[in-house]
Parts: sequence; C-alpha cells; structure tokens
Amino acid sequence: MLLQLFLTFFQIGLFSIGGGYAILPMVEQHVVELHGWLTPVEYMDILTISQMTPGPIAINAATFVGTKMAGIPGALTATAGCVAPSFIIVLALSYFYMKYRSMSVIKGVLGTLRPAVVALIASSGISILRLSFWNGGPVAWSPQALDVIAVCVFALCFGVLRIRKPNPIAVILGAGVLGGALYLWL
Amino acid sequence: MSGKSKLYRQLFTSTFSVSAFTLGGGYVIVPLMRKKFVEQYGWLEDDEMLDMTALAQSAPGPIAINTAILVGYRMAGVIGAFITVFGTVLPPLVIISVISLFYEAFRASQVVGTVLHGMQAGVAAVIADVVLGMGGSVLKAGSPLHTGIMAAAFIAAAWFHVNVAVIILSCGALGIALSLAQRRKGEG
Repeated sequence: MLLQLFLTFFQIGLFSIGGGYAILPMVEQHVVELHGWLTPVEYMDILTISQMTPGPIAINAATFVGTKMAGIPGALTATAGCVAPSFIIVLALSYFYMKYRSMSVIKGVLGTLRPAVVALIASSGISILRLSFWNGGPVAWSPQALDVIAVCVFALCFGVLRIRKPNPIAVILGAGVLGGALYLWL
Repeated sequence: MSGKSKLYRQLFTSTFSVSAFTLGGGYVIVPLMRKKFVEQYGWLEDDEMLDMTALAQSAPGPIAINTAILVGYRMAGVIGAFITVFGTVLPPLVIISVISLFYEAFRASQVVGTVLHGMQAGVAAVIADVVLGMGGSVLKAGSPLHTGIMAAAFIAAAWFHVNVAVIILSCGALGIALSLAQRRKGEG
C-alpha cells in the first residue's frame, strides 16, 4: 500500500508541470478513477479544504489521501513521493543556473522571463482578489455583490504594507482576526 | 559551525512560516518569500528571486516546493534544499492531517470560515504590494521589450487563461531568439 501511494504520487509530482490547479486532472485520474482511493465527493472536499488552508494543492491532496489510506505513515509516504521528482529535477536546474547564469544567451532568456513572471504573479493576485471581493462570483460593483468588509480589510492591509513595511505574515494574521471579527459582528 | 547552524535554522523557520500562511497556493508564495529573502534577510537580489520563480515554473511539481529547493540550494547546498523542502511541506502536512480527522466540524465552523476569508483579503494585499514594487521596477528600467512582455503575459494569463507553462516557454524561446540574433549582429 505504502509503495503504491509513493509511486502514484511520484507520477503526479513528475507530470504536473504548471503547478497549482494544473495538477488537479492528474490527481482526479489517478486517485479517483484508477485506484478508487477517494469518492468524487471526497475529491471535491479536498479542493475546498485546499482553498481554505495553506500549502500547495498537490501536497494537500497527497496528505489527505495518504492519511485516509494508511494513517500518518501514509501521509508521509505520499508527500515524499509527490516531492521527490521536483527535488531531483530542480536540484539539477539550480546547479546549472548557478553555473551558467552569467552566459549571455542565458542572461537574455532570464531577462525576458522576469517581466513575464511579474505578470503571472499579478494575474494570480487578481484571481485571489476576485475570490475575496466577490466570493468567486461575477464581477459587479453593486454593494450587494461586493464583499464590502473584504474590500475594507484589503485597503487597510495595503495601506499598512505600503507605509510601514511590516512582516507580511503579521498583516495576513491581522487580516484574519479583523475580518473574522467584522463578519461575525456585522 | 554556529554560523552554519544559524543559517539552517533561519532557512527552516522562514520557509515554515511562509508556507504556513500561503493561502491559495501557486504564485502566492513568491511575494511572501521575496519579502523574507530579499527584503528581510537580504539573501537574494530581486532579479534572482524572479529567475528562481521562472525556473520553478518550468520544472514539474508545485511552485512553492520548487522555489524552496532553489533558495535552499543557493544558500546552503543540498542540505539547504532538504531543510527548505522540509520547512515548506511540514505546515500543510500537519494541518491537513489534523483537518482530515475533524473534517466535518471544520467544514461547518463559521468562525474558521470568516477568519480564513479575512486572511484572503490580507494575502491579496500582500500580493498587490509586491506586484506594484516589482512591476514598477520593470517599468522604471525603461525597456520597451520588457514592458511589452509584461503586458502581453499579463493579458494572456489574466484574460485568456493561457496555461502558465506555455507563457513561460514562449517568453524563454523569445529570449533565446533575441540574444542569438543580437550575437549574430555583433559578429557581422
């Protein structure tokens, strides 16, 4: 069982290029259809939990499936399987990056990649903003559709970050406490 | 020796705390890592952080894990990579194990839901702050090529939902083509 968990998540880790949600079809195919380790409902639940909790979705799925099938050892094995391919491939990449990054061709490639990465981060920021302001619903500017509390919390956090440069984790925690209190009282 | 163990401890605690508060996965972790590694510790340059993100994106596996491996290796070799991966994996491992035991109660809890929703707004603010900083420095550098790439990649990702791997690969290919063309021009 443990070996099977390891091998399955090794495959999932190996072929999930693109990260994030790109991994989901792989997980569904292997875990739900091929092995029947999760029911479709449980699979949807993992997606919900992954949205609400920290950590990469792949790791969350591996932990959830592993715990369900074989307890804590199962969770550890599945997670290790999921991380192992990255570990090998990315270590090799790091090695080459440090060795060749001053070559002119590599410099050129990295030069064009950097603005693209900034754009990708911005794009993922916008999806989170949509999730936060409209709960994933359609974008509309009426007060009914817009989550006003979330907008206020966002504006406050953004202002504090710009002016005082605090530790972002403190800001996120503060947002959780403030948001939680406002939602429950209002 | 004590300098080394201090570095190891910092690598672990920083990746652990960053990972513990990365709601939403994917690129969300990059701005948080940048705040820690570039601004707080001064371990990396801004450019290096972006290079590492691009590399992390082009390899298989979660971006958070891949970026952690790159930073760990850069700072302290293979041992460093082991430490940062361990630090990144531990929070979701513990949290999901606990949640899967109390799943029904967790799902029904209103308090948990509202706090997480508030944190989401905070995460969005952190990303907005970082994007403003990094995007601003791309604009300030004044290269029309880089500005154009940034705009095109943003439209492709946010509007047309083009697969990010495709975006990274095409920008990489463009970079190769441009620097080869430049080299040929230099020779001729």
